[in-house]
Formats: sequence, structure tokens, C-alpha cells
Amino acid sequence: MRSIRAAATGAVTLSLVLAASACGGGSSTGGGSNDSPKTLTYWASNQGASIEIDKKVLQPELDKFEKQTGIEVKLEVVPWSDLLNRILTATTSGQGPDVLNIGNTWSASLQATGALLPWDAQNFSKIGGKDRFVDSALGSTGVPGQDPAAVPLYSMAYALYYNKQIFADAGIAKPPATWAELVADGKKIQAKGKQVLGAEGANVSENIHHIFVFAKQHGADFFTADGKPDFTNPKVVDAVKQYVDLMAKDKAIPAGNAEYAQNQSVSDFAKGKTAMLLWQSASANLKSQGMSEDAYGIAPVPVQSGTPGTGTQVNSMVAGINLAVFKNTDNLDGAAKFVKFMTSDEEQKILNKAYSSIPPVKTAQADAAFTAPANAVLKDTLARSAAALPQVPDESQFETAVGTAVKELFADAAAGRAVTTESVKAKLEKAQQQMPAK
Amino acid sequence: MTTTAAEPAVRKNSPGAAPSGTPRRRTGRIRRIGLPYLLLLPALVLELLVHLVPMVIGIVMSFKQLTQFYIRDWGTAPWSGLDNYKVSVDFDAPVGEALLHSFLVTVGFTLLSVGLCWLIGTAAAVFMQDTFRGRGLLRTLFLVPYALPVYTAVITWVFMFQHDNGLVNHVLHDQLHLTDEPSFWLIGDNSFWALLTVSVWKGWPFAFLIVMAGLQNIPGELYEAAALDGAGMWQQIRRITLPSLRPVNQVLVLVLFLWTFNDFNTPYVMFGKAAPQAADLISVHIYQASFVTWNFGTGSAMSVLLLLFLLLVTGVYLAVTSRGRRTADA
Amino acid sequence: MPDPSLAVRRSSPLAPPRSFLWARRVFLTLLTGFVLLPVYVMVSSSLKPLADVSGTFRWLPSGLTIRPYIDIWSTVPLAKYFVNSLIVAGAATVCSVVIAVFAAYAVSRYDFRGKRVFTVTVLSTQMFPGILFLLPLFLLYVNIGNATGIALFGSRGGLILTYLTFSLPFSIWMLIGYFDSVPRDLDEAALVDGCGPLGALFRVVVPAAVPGIVAVAVYAFMTAWGEVLFASVMTNDTTRTLAVGLQGYSTLNDVYWNQIMAASLVVSVPVVAGFLLLQRYLVAGLTAGAVK
Repeated sequence: MRSIRAAATGAVTLSLVLAASACGGGSSTGGGSNDSPKTLTYWASNQGASIEIDKKVLQPELDKFEKQTGIEVKLEVVPWSDLLNRILTATTSGQGPDVLNIGNTWSASLQATGALLPWDAQNFSKIGGKDRFVDSALGSTGVPGQDPAAVPLYSMAYALYYNKQIFADAGIAKPPATWAELVADGKKIQAKGKQVLGAEGANVSENIHHIFVFAKQHGADFFTADGKPDFTNPKVVDAVKQYVDLMAKDKAIPAGNAEYAQNQSVSDFAKGKTAMLLWQSASANLKSQGMSEDAYGIAPVPVQSGTPGTGTQVNSMVAGINLAVFKNTDNLDGAAKFVKFMTSDEEQKILNKAYSSIPPVKTAQADAAFTAPANAVLKDTLARSAAALPQVPDESQFETAVGTAVKELFADAAAGRAVTTESVKAKLEKAQQQMPAK
Repeated sequence: MTTTAAEPAVRKNSPGAAPSGTPRRRTGRIRRIGLPYLLLLPALVLELLVHLVPMVIGIVMSFKQLTQFYIRDWGTAPWSGLDNYKVSVDFDAPVGEALLHSFLVTVGFTLLSVGLCWLIGTAAAVFMQDTFRGRGLLRTLFLVPYALPVYTAVITWVFMFQHDNGLVNHVLHDQLHLTDEPSFWLIGDNSFWALLTVSVWKGWPFAFLIVMAGLQNIPGELYEAAALDGAGMWQQIRRITLPSLRPVNQVLVLVLFLWTFNDFNTPYVMFGKAAPQAADLISVHIYQASFVTWNFGTGSAMSVLLLLFLLLVTGVYLAVTSRGRRTADA
Repeated sequence: MPDPSLAVRRSSPLAPPRSFLWARRVFLTLLTGFVLLPVYVMVSSSLKPLADVSGTFRWLPSGLTIRPYIDIWSTVPLAKYFVNSLIVAGAATVCSVVIAVFAAYAVSRYDFRGKRVFTVTVLSTQMFPGILFLLPLFLLYVNIGNATGIALFGSRGGLILTYLTFSLPFSIWMLIGYFDSVPRDLDEAALVDGCGPLGALFRVVVPAAVPGIVAVAVYAFMTAWGEVLFASVMTNDTTRTLAVGLQGYSTLNDVYWNQIMAASLVVSVPVVAGFLLLQRYLVAGLTAGAVK
């Protein structure tokens, strides 16, 4: 045994010495510089049908930028499954890109790390001022009252996509405007042997996006005004239950969708298996799956009663992508130039058209391409009845904890187990206790 | 302390090994002393670099409050003493409760998986000890699951376990009518069995390989002697084959246990970042605690606890099995 | 070189009883079905049109198409990932084997202070949960990069280094067993003939231990070829390996199951083929190395 102890002691000592020397260097915590003004690294998120398509969309624009400024942009399109991990490791190590796309719901969480360049008035002035952007999009760029951690790049909103043929066959004249109508229409659709509404029951983020809207419609929030989690609020419980009940009680969402997490619901819709789908900017997706634009209609997401608006009439989250700059970039000026380029009217039009999203830049939004009926609904929703997800540092944990709870509730519903107010509350309570202590 | 007992076991039985004691060498004294260290140096440096130093950093991290507010410069994160550990082992609170649940699921899963892998592997190896027509082909087939890259195997199983379009439900429900409703395999309680199936499918050929190799080392005279005593086939298996495999099994079970317990690839490819509760294996659970909820301090504390548990199990296992063997040998 | 063929050592004068034969038949039939089922699904699905794989499962395709095998190369840069995986796994294997041979030789042939310490330390790393050192290792690589300019993080080099240490402990341990079974008289004789210790290693011990070395190489290669966790964090666009790259077939649009199956098959065939070609060595290597 003596030799083992010696071994352990030796190994630990040596490790400590090595660790100390390795960490002595420390990650660079300083601000940015302009040490390499000729290059930039850019991490783009996967917006198109595949990573290869994204490269085809973005590369010509980056070439254009190089021609204008002489700055070469090295592009990497990072899959969504890896993006947050990559950002986290980049943050930890200080070895990251200069400019990157982030999901706008992550803004506050990433802002808290202090790794992103804050967009104060001076920085905003470099890209033409804060006023160029739509307010709803600016609402998803960080904790209110602090300088935004990122700049809006693409905006999206949820809408109700419906299959015109199935609606006609079932004798439904117009898309449902309230949840009660949706459930009622569902009975007619089921009578024709079709599925009613597609959902991604095992996709944590999708779950969050939907129950957030339901909570708004019940007049509730997941966080109190001072940023504390409030998941067991009776109204929140009712809201979550109403969403899960679309499967459990109303049978509008087919049980099989409880295990969907890879956008299978979109292909079900494109194949004409399901009559309706709640999705953000699905047009390009549906087209690439061979569904013609005449085959489906786009309507606002239902509300409890009345018409979409603010407060309890909210019917979408503000979905979108923000553009952020790493504080420790060694090409601060180049990064600002690049952000300016990407948010310029011209690029905004080109890119948002390619991704069937809505430009968060006011002047670009006015372009004819975004006033077509398909986009009109999305644009209207964004302008009038969309709300930003909670901008709190714990947003990422919230998505995981609550999104997983909803996933488990769907699994219960799919397995035929009762989903009751108590069971919903119990799951949410557990989620709340997993949130970081304050 | 894997080797304390395993290593002598490895060497004791090798027939060609010279009696311990340095063989005479005609090289200079200094070279003779320096050479073994020189030969070990690359392995030592790499293990230190990739395993030991990071492990020590990980242990240091487990005493820090390493949340998103501090990850940018983890050296400046405040010390949190034993807080991360307290949170992890407070089984009345949700975080500890979830960890305990995940731990128990993992223990159950590992025991079943290792047991089944061992059973199937041993049975197959024993049945295939004699030549028969097609034996070589079967042996080749049986090694395919082991040779397939993990992710391709798991993805294929996921495809088969789908609720609406999967083969498993097609057979059980549509063709055999065993269930009233198609079952869910990738969510809910059944996910445990789905995961176990994949793990056994992937893991048993390794047991098969090792046991097959072990069978080669059983001297033929033993069987001849037993046959002369009138022992039948089943008795030969029980009296000679299985006891002779003991040293092989000791190592095999331990290695399978450690690999299965720490397996990340299978559950992660199968369920992604949010595993269903019933199949919430500890490696993915810790991954989620660290990378998805951004609390690397607690995640590290959980890993350290896991490491301590594995050390304990390995130590006890080796102590018990070695003593058992010594008594048996005596 | 030891005969790698699998000799049947058991000679049983009595014919196996019927119960044994039946048990064998039933067991092996069931097991073959279990093993082959996913393989059949993989092969048949890869030849089906997309409509077939995204609808209810069918045993026989409605039509055969090789389209998926053409499309896989353009949906994701499969060829690039393939080359990356090949470089990473190949280099990790070569390095791992060479280093393991040196270390195992030292342990097998020399008595020296700290021998036990070494084996204990190296082998105990087998039980480390990968997740414990993922982030620290990442930090370490970045810091080494900052201090020395050697880019480990994000490069193939870093991944190679990581993977080779994953397989190293088991490889060393197996080779120690194998080298022990190589008679010492052989290297004694080589030393007498004037070879140095390294000469003895490479001229005598290594040739005699080929099956063991092959077994170790196969193990090291497969460990590196299948790893997901470290690959997902430590690679970027240009260095991404297959383990991560295959996720690219589940895109925003649809899960191209037929392409996934085709790609899985394409990336598996070389590994499985190589493995099966070398299986004789593998069993022989394990026989002498691991299980003695």
C-alpha cells in the first residue's frame, strides 16, 4: 500500500505544479484591440435548410464585404446543437470568433458572462444608431436597462400554418382565431382522418416558446419583476396545462409528436399529414420539402378570445437572431464595420429574404418583399402582438428546466397518464427548485 | 487502484514469464537504470497532460462557484468551500434528489447491461467452442456490433424505436398485436429498456471476444480427464469451463462496469441533451448540470463524487474477488 | 509469430448431447437475429426513397434507389469529415501503439523503482468520467496554445493527443501481458548477439507480439473513431469528425433517414471490414495479452 500512497502523492503534486504553471498564463481578460485589422472570424448560426446552404447564402456577401473594406471574414456555420457549447467554451477560454450569431433568447445569459461587447451609444453610433432597429427586436438584446449585448440581425415570429386542402375537405371556412375554435375545428379535421396540430413535444426550446405565449395569455410571467422564478404561480400552471392539454385532453396534437425533437412536425405538415402547425418563418422550409406556397395559408397564432394585441392578447415570442461581438476581439474596428455591413439596408433585405425572416431594421422592413401576405402576418405579429422572452441571466437554465418539465408532461400525456393541475404544478415546482439560488 | 490486485493476476499465470528478478543485461549501469524511465516517459507525460492535470483542475473547480458570471476568468470565481458538494448530496432538495435518481438509474442500468453482456457473451463463446458448420461466419457476424462506430449503431436503433414509423412498434403492435397502442421507446419509462437494448447490443461482443480468448487458454487435458471420468457436455461446462474463466471474468466484468458506467456516447446520441428521467444516466446528467445550466462548479463536484464512487467500487471489487481467488487457489 | 488461427483445444470423445445441440441452435439463431436486425434496417433503409423511411416502417422497400448514396456527399461535407476522422483516428492509433509498446516493454522487462506507481496511475485513469476533465482539458489546451503557440484546441493535433490517451491505459496493460508471454530467452539471445535493448525490442519482441499489437491498434482506432463528447467541443468547421458531422443530416427541414443510414453505412464499412479482417489477430492477441 505504501507505494500506492507514494504514487498518489507524487501524481497529485506534479499535477498541481503543472496546473499552476498552465493556468499562470490565464485567459486574456482584456478588452479588444486592433492588432489584426485585416481579418475577422464569424460564427453564423444555421438558418437555412442545411449548413451548406448557409455557406452559399453568406459567402457572396462576405466577399462583398471584403471588396469594400479589405477585411477577410472567415466564416464558420455552427450547428445549433453545438452553438451554445462552442460559445461557452469560447467564453471560458477567450479563444473565440470576433463576431457571432446568438439566439436572441440567450442575450441576457451571455450578457452576464461579460464576454460580449456592450452596445452603448458610442458603439451604436458606429452602425447608424439604435433608432434604426425595431423596438420589439431591441427588447431581446439583454437585460432591460443595460446596454444591449448584441444587435438584432433576423427577426421571426410564430404563425399558424394551415393546409388549405384539409381545411376545405373538413368544411372549415377560415383559420381558427381562438384556441376553442382550434379545438372545435380539430374535431372536423379528425373526422376526415387527418392529424390536427403538429408540435415538437421533446424539443425543449419549442416547448418554452409556446408555454411562454400561453402564460402571457393567462396574464402571467415566469419571472417576477425583480427576476425571481415564479413557475408555480397558478396562472402559469394553468397556462402550461392548457398547452399540454392540446394533446392530453383535446387530442389536437397527436400523441406521437411527444417524441418529436428534430422538426418532424414540419415534414408531417409538408406531407399533408397534419392540418396545422405553429412555426416561425416556415416558408423556406416547406418549399424545400416540396410544398407549394398555394397549398397552405398563414394566420396569426390563436388567442383565448378577441384579436391579437398586447398583454393577454400576445400570440408570439419575439424570435430571432442577434449579432454579437466578443469583447476581446483583436479587430474591434473591423468587427464594428462588419456589424454595420450586416445590418445595412441592402444586406438586411438579401439575407432576410434568403431565410424567410423579417428584417429588424425599420427601413429594410418597408421593402416590398416583406409586405407579401405571407410575411405580412409575421410582420404584424412582431409589430403588435409579440413579446420578448424573459431577459434574465438565468434564461438558459429556465429553458432547460421548464422545457424539460413540459417534455415530461407530454410524455405522460402520450402514455395515457392523466395530466392534472397537481401534476403540472409538481413538475414546475421541481423545475423552479433547480434554478440557481438567489 | 485497478492494478494493485489485477496486475499480479495478469502476470502470475503467464507460463513464459521468467521468475521475477532482473534478467542479466550487458548494458551500462546508467543506461540500465535510465532506460525504463525513458521508455515510460511519453506515456507518463501524456497521461499527466490529458488526464491527471485536468482532473486536478476539475477538482479545484468543484470548490468554486463557477457559474456563467465567472466562467470568463475562472481563476477569479469565488471559493465556495463545500457548497457544491452540499448541494449535490442534499437528497431532500431537487438537485441532490435528481442526482441520486440519476445515480440509481445508472447503477441499475449498468448492472443489467454488464450482466446481460457477460451472459450473452459467455453463452455464445461456450456454444461456439466446438467447430460446426458456419461457425466462422457466425463469429464474424457477432463482431459487427462491436466494430460499428457507436453513433451509427445508436442512430439506427433510434430509427427503429420511433413511435410512429419505427420497426419495433411495427413488429410488436402492427404485426404481432402484442400491445393495444404503439409504445413510446424514446420518451417515458420505456426509454430505460430501449437504452439497455442498445447498450447490450453494442457491448456483448466485447465480452464474447474476451471469453473466447479466455477459452483458448484452458488446457485440453482438463476436458479429456473430465470426459474419462464420464462427465457430460453440460457438466464439463459447469465444472471446467466456467471455473477456468474466473480470472478472465474478474477483469472483464470490471472493465465492462467502468465503461458502461461512464458511457456518454450512447445516451447522448440517443436522447440528446435532455434525457428522459427513466434513462437519465449520470454522465449525461452531469453534462447537463455543467454545460446546459452553466454551473460548472456543481458539475465538477458531481464528477468528483462519481470518481470517488468508482474508486471505492473498484477497490472493494478487487479486494473481494482477489481474496475469493486466493481461497480458491489454496 | 504465434499461430493466429483459433485452435480448438477441447477434444471431447463424447458427442455433444441433443439438449446441448438444441440449446445451441436456438440460442445462436436468436442471437443472430438480434445482431442482424439493425444491420438489415441500416442497409435496406439506405436504399429506400425518402417517403418510405419517413412513413410507417416496411420490411421491403417500395422501390430501390441509390439516390441517398449520391446525396450524402452534398448534404454535408461527408468526405471532409471522413478524411478528418481518418487522420485523427489513424494518428492517434499509431502514436498510442508506439507509446504503449515502449511503456509495456519497460514494465515487462525491467524492475525499477516506481513501476507499481506507474501502472496504478495509468490504469486508474480508466475510471475517470470524461465529463470531469472536458472543460479543464479545454482550458489547458488553450493555455498551452497561448504560452507556446502550439495550437491544440480546435486542431486535429489536440484531438489526436486526447484520443491516444483514452486508449493508452488499456493498450499498455494488454501489451504488458502479451510481452510477458514472449519468452525472455529470445531477447536475452538478441542482447548476446550485440543488439541494444531497443534492438531487442524491435527485432525480437515486437515481431513476436504482432497479434497483441494488432489487437491494441484495433482497439485504439475504434475508440478514436467513435468518440462524440470531446469531438463536439474541440473541433470546428475544418476539423470536424464524422461523429459530430453525421448530425448534419438532421437539418432544420427534415430528418433524412435514408441518407443518415447510407452515410452510417459508408462510414462503417471500412471500419467493420478492417476489423473483421484483423479479427483473427484480435482473438490471438487477447488470448495471450488480456486474459492471461
